[in-house]
Amino acid sequence: MYSASDLRKGLRVEIDGVPYLITDFNFVKPGKGASIYNCKMKNLITGSTLTRSYRSNDKLDEPQLEERAVRYSYKDGDNYVFVDKNFEQVSVSPDVLGDARFFLVEDMEVEILIHNGRPIGVELPTFIEKEIKETEPGFRGNTATNVTKSAKIEGGYELQVPLFINQGDIIKIDTRTGGYADRVRTAKG
Amino acid sequence: MHHSPDEKTRLVGLKSILELRAKLLSATRNFFRERNYLEVSTPALVRTPALELHIDAFSTDGHFLRTSPELHMKRLLCAGYERIFQIGKCFRAGERGNLHNPEFTMLEWYQANADYMDILAETKDLLRHLAKTCLGKLTLERNGKSLDLGTEWQLFSVPKLFAKHAGWNPAVAFDERRFEDDLVNCIEPSLPTDRPVVLLDYPAQVAALARLKADDGRLAERWELYLAGIELANAFSELTDAAEQLKRFEECARKRRDMDKAVYELDLEFLAALEKGLPPAAGVALGLDRLVMLFAGVDSLDDVLPFR
Repeated sequence: MYSASDLRKGLRVEIDGVPYLITDFNFVKPGKGASIYNCKMKNLITGSTLTRSYRSNDKLDEPQLEERAVRYSYKDGDNYVFVDKNFEQVSVSPDVLGDARFFLVEDMEVEILIHNGRPIGVELPTFIEKEIKETEPGFRGNTATNVTKSAKIEGGYELQVPLFINQGDIIKIDTRTGGYADRVRTAKG
Repeated sequence: MHHSPDEKTRLVGLKSILELRAKLLSATRNFFRERNYLEVSTPALVRTPALELHIDAFSTDGHFLRTSPELHMKRLLCAGYERIFQIGKCFRAGERGNLHNPEFTMLEWYQANADYMDILAETKDLLRHLAKTCLGKLTLERNGKSLDLGTEWQLFSVPKLFAKHAGWNPAVAFDERRFEDDLVNCIEPSLPTDRPVVLLDYPAQVAALARLKADDGRLAERWELYLAGIELANAFSELTDAAEQLKRFEECARKRRDMDKAVYELDLEFLAALEKGLPPAAGVALGLDRLVMLFAGVDSLDDVLPFR
């Protein structure tokens, strides 16, 4: 149980059974008045935001959250199976993973956020490497990065890449944005 | 032990702020000395802190750290010291934010035979003196906006402000939670920021140590000074009636008990001094760390307190 005075940016709390992360916090206290704790929070399951203000007597629940370091192992039907260091398996559904499911590579180390025993999100490495499976042929020599075309990686995830990227090239993707970051090597290189 | 490189860089970067603070302290002392005020030091470690509804003290070894020097300074007033000021650390538990630190520096002064409007005039003189001495001008610059201490200060009566911006009169049917919410969400954002703003005549319920207005007992002779939307100073015509003060302390103690807050013992020495006679007096409490912040044009106490 948290008191309002425990609230601060970065703290995770639970409201009506849903875990939230406090993303913005500010303390105000009008002269001679009560303390007011203003919080902006992110729903850790849906990603939506919420603004709430609390008073000294308010109490908030502490969520049962666990961050578990795991490696991606394999796809089992629709679900994705991860294994921790004790070889215990955690199965995560595609809707929890979102676009992250396209960025998984076998043996990749990720952190799974588990709430009351249920996986609710994963944290990937910031950059991952993927092969381009499908795109229009590139224009050799056009090294501009501000003109883009669409391309697909394994699994059908589509993103915008510079014109010089070819099918078979290995690119770096920023998992925070899901966007193209860099070319790692060319198809024939 | 030696400073880490980061700490050294940080502290060196604060040099102009620390110099400004030193200048402000010295100019403040000069201002009051020239007006025949006596600088006093009252205990920071006290047997019992003043009873206020929303101010919580740190307790230590059977004593408390003072939340304000008010009661001791009033005992000096009762003993005949007519003009006194103090610059000292005060401590309030659970207050931490951009504008709050659990340990902060208070400038507090009292003048006998004066009321809250007299001491408002003196506050104007003080701030103008400090700006001229420490900044060489009467304007404060902050976030690309400037605030003129030299222009006419804007006075707003609290009931009128609430009627205009919140649609109700807190003097008629006081509702504490609504009062605070509206103050923070409707009133404060509406205040002009190009000049000093003074809110005056607060509902009696939010002025436990202030005298009530002679012509309207629902209101207390209290004002709050805002600079750039930031609350800087609070002042009262002091309550001098011992019986009324006792009644208000007891009421406050009852409310704190209901809120599950620590209930501090009554300060009987203060009440005894009041019984013997406090001259009519007015006092101001001004947050010095916030003043440094405003004079330096920065947004948070983080930018002016070297260790936080």
